[in-house]
Amino acid sequence: MFKPVALGATPLLLTGCTGALSTLDPAGPRAANLATLWWVMLYGSALLFALVIALFAMAYLRPAWVARITPVQWIVGGGLVLPIPILILLTGTALVLGEQLLPRGDAPLRFGAHAERWQWNFTYPDGREMSDDVLHIPAGQPIDVAVSSADVIHSFWVPRLGGKIDAIPGHENLIRLEADEPGTYWGQCAEYCGPGHDSMWFRIEAHTDEDFTALMEGGQ
Amino acid sequence: MSQTPSPIGLHKQLDAIWRTPPGLARLSSVNHTILGKRFMALALLFFAIGGLLSMLIRAQLATPNSAFLGPDIYNQIFTMHGTVMMFLFAIPMFEGFAIYMLPKLLGARDLAFPRLTAYGFWCYLFGGSILIIAMLAGVAPNGGWFMYTPLSSKPYTPGINADVWLLGITFVEISAVTAAIELFVTILKMRAPGMALTRMPLFAWYMLVTAGMMIIGFPPLILGSILLEMERAFHLPFFDPTRGGDPLLWQHLFWLFGHPEVYIIFLPAAGALSTIIPVFAQRPILGYRAIIAAIVAMAFLSFGLWVHHMFTVGIPHLALAFFSAASALVAIPTAVQIFAWIGTLASGKPRWDIPMLYVFGFFAVFVCGGLTGVMLAMVPFNTQAHDSYFVVAHLHYVLVGGFVFPMLAAIYYWLPHISGRQSLYRLSIPAFWLILIGFNLTFFLMHLTGLMGMPRRISTYPSNWGWDWLNLLSSVGGFILTMGFALVLADMVLQFRFGARFRRDPWQAGTLEWATATPPPSYNFAAIPHMDTRADQLRPARIGPTLAGGDGYLGFARNGEQETLAVDMMSGDAEQLIVLPRRSYLPLWTAMATASFFLALLFKLYWLAPFGALATLVLFLCWPIGLGSKSDRGPIDIGRGLAVPPDVEAPDNVTVLANRTALVMNGTLFASLLFGGLFLLVVAPNWQGSSAPTLPLWAGALAVVASLSAAGASAMAARRPGSVLPLRAGLVAAIALQVLALTLLALSMGALGDPTGHARQAVPFVTLGYAALHCGLGAIMAAHALWRHAQGYVSARRRTELVLARLWNGYAGGVVVLALGLVALLGLNGVAP
Repeated sequence: MFKPVALGATPLLLTGCTGALSTLDPAGPRAANLATLWWVMLYGSALLFALVIALFAMAYLRPAWVARITPVQWIVGGGLVLPIPILILLTGTALVLGEQLLPRGDAPLRFGAHAERWQWNFTYPDGREMSDDVLHIPAGQPIDVAVSSADVIHSFWVPRLGGKIDAIPGHENLIRLEADEPGTYWGQCAEYCGPGHDSMWFRIEAHTDEDFTALMEGGQ
Repeated sequence: MSQTPSPIGLHKQLDAIWRTPPGLARLSSVNHTILGKRFMALALLFFAIGGLLSMLIRAQLATPNSAFLGPDIYNQIFTMHGTVMMFLFAIPMFEGFAIYMLPKLLGARDLAFPRLTAYGFWCYLFGGSILIIAMLAGVAPNGGWFMYTPLSSKPYTPGINADVWLLGITFVEISAVTAAIELFVTILKMRAPGMALTRMPLFAWYMLVTAGMMIIGFPPLILGSILLEMERAFHLPFFDPTRGGDPLLWQHLFWLFGHPEVYIIFLPAAGALSTIIPVFAQRPILGYRAIIAAIVAMAFLSFGLWVHHMFTVGIPHLALAFFSAASALVAIPTAVQIFAWIGTLASGKPRWDIPMLYVFGFFAVFVCGGLTGVMLAMVPFNTQAHDSYFVVAHLHYVLVGGFVFPMLAAIYYWLPHISGRQSLYRLSIPAFWLILIGFNLTFFLMHLTGLMGMPRRISTYPSNWGWDWLNLLSSVGGFILTMGFALVLADMVLQFRFGARFRRDPWQAGTLEWATATPPPSYNFAAIPHMDTRADQLRPARIGPTLAGGDGYLGFARNGEQETLAVDMMSGDAEQLIVLPRRSYLPLWTAMATASFFLALLFKLYWLAPFGALATLVLFLCWPIGLGSKSDRGPIDIGRGLAVPPDVEAPDNVTVLANRTALVMNGTLFASLLFGGLFLLVVAPNWQGSSAPTLPLWAGALAVVASLSAAGASAMAARRPGSVLPLRAGLVAAIALQVLALTLLALSMGALGDPTGHARQAVPFVTLGYAALHCGLGAIMAAHALWRHAQGYVSARRRTELVLARLWNGYAGGVVVLALGLVALLGLNGVAP
């Protein structure tokens, strides 16, 4: 539902925002929805900001224009009538969007990401374990990653595919991601975890279905 | 006393009573003007240190693959930058500002507990010094300013670093605790007669709400720090998931404090804005009542938002939706204030002066931070932006916009009050533009840096992510910002040295603080005014000379005593005459004893720590010596034809109110502990198959009976203050019963099983320990009342000590019941999954 809006809302500025870790350069439907939400909020905020500054400026530069506004109009208008509809609309949209992003419904392939200072160990649906900081997934379909930690809190974040989820010792958290196309998508630890936090990178390699199946079979 | 001296003569008489002598005797000062200035000066010093650290951060991050600071040093530096700015700059800065300003704004001669102000200052100085010395020694905290476990737990931070944070910050927090109670009580009780609550200037309302929030907001953090330090020092598991603890408990406790904390910092600054803006708009503030409603709403909401710092920890989405909505909702009271301020300007005749320049800076920066705050409150977006530089940008927009810019406006507005001179050299204008441009260059770009994927708290980054130019520009901006602050500092120095002197009220303000002479005399007002109107629409230049001539309440020096007034909380009618304690070295000695306790824990000299605690307690018990009255004096003349009783003869005096407030605070700490126990029971991993705590039922039941009986006995003593025998019997019984309860609880703690094995034993262990401690405090308060009674300070009218004994023993009784209830709950065999 957000896709057409995304195309319209994404400005030319975007060209300056590309990057292998950029949330503004989404490579999957989930990250794209989040980016759209951002652009919409940015434009809305810019308008509100301009309004506040303009009113402040008018108090000094064009006092006659604003002198007739009554106290009730200032407080009720600015404090209640202006923000309440915006907040209801925004919070409602975010709630619906958040619900859509949740890992629920028909369970797709499930991978594991186990953080240990300062690397990521991945497990595959067939139970295999690999610790070379690369996770292979199929492109074009949602997948789940179960995130856990062996020591301190880390956070699993592949910005171009979707949001982040924390890896907390004693807990397991699930996140659903999806890549549109085969390719390499970089990820990193987003929660400060000590001196190796800087370099706790990993990457997700998305493959076509055939390649992924071959890879899984070849590895066995 | 009835023959009125000249204003100069009156000044000399009052100053002889109130002044702090020069030389070493300064260390004994308890005067709020002096201590407020000390708080602010020290806070500014810490601001400079924090700023220096941020320069190191920006130098390191200016280029990719930087080798300037390694991760070990960098981690200490960013942790210290956050810690210093939050705990050693922002909180003490507004505390100092309120300590300096409130009595002058309210028409009192000092705060309710001057020696407590001094004690708080020493705790702040000593605690802050521990952190800075540790940093210079290379063992500063390095777990980030919110110290997430298990990273800050013993296995992952084996050194002293985390202990420095936990102990140093808790030590500093004592000053926040004492300031909160003192400001709360002072605002409610120590106003000029006639100043009903509905006539208070808005700044007092803001500080009343802030103090209330501190009373509820600080205990969760203090409890968290105590529990984490106990886990680190004595291996009691609370946060260790392998032994039934949960790292998420720390996050809940930290943000239960940490989120209200943001509003605790913002509200005093907003109070300054609500004071400054009407002066330059040349009209009263618009929407006085709406603003009060907004700040109260903000205070309530701020306690329901803490989870928005935890949107990515795996809490169910619908639960997050509640916190998301509450976080969005907080925009409404904020908007009410913003539009009230703009409306005030729009419907007045706005003047332009230096403070207004910074007020404009506030609008530009804070509104931006508020808008990104609403964005971050949206859960899906938060999963991208959380822990990235977007959050770094947001929090600096909120805190610099919401605190530093208003404080700069406040400095330019109120520094003439402190210095007695006006700003002459208009360095302030280039300084403002350097700060505004530098700030936005540094932090506006960080929004984009974060969206492009740069996480917080990395010490360096490779060149391939496209962050290079953003970081370089941010660093350039940071140095421009620093130049701006350096100019402000120079401007302040020049003002003290060369600024032109002025008569009263340079801004044509409407509040009482400008009615004092400037710089203010030690006693603030030679006479206390009567308020017939709302106290933000006064004519200080006209009132000032009248008061200096002694025309008002207490316009005389009497018996060499430091006299001021207490009023009825709501109506503001004069109610009591307060005689404040004189200057004293006791606060310094007590703070030193407290320091010995914290240092003993820091250096793991655990045998020494109890002696430090005991020394602190003994010294505190010395505080009342010589205070109070051995005879009933009855109503005393306070001028203007009124006579009121001294506060020791009033049933609800500031001491009683302060103790009630302290118990609310203490109760919040205990409630946090109970919450922690229940949280672990329900949420923490590794509880299946853990062994239940074993508690001898008879000991528990007997402890409850003993402690509740002690509460009853002390209540009985308080009800019959006139008759010696029941009074003494009641207090002795209370002491004996509390000692019995304490012994039984200690026995039960021993019987629980190894508390280091599992949280299911550790939580009951500390809960019972807390209960036992409060039985001990109940006994001490009863013994104190007995002692004061024997010395003749207690009578049928003068019964403060009895009320305190009743309050603390009643609290202890309640705690014992709840503590044993929690232990019983954790002892049930079928543990919830």
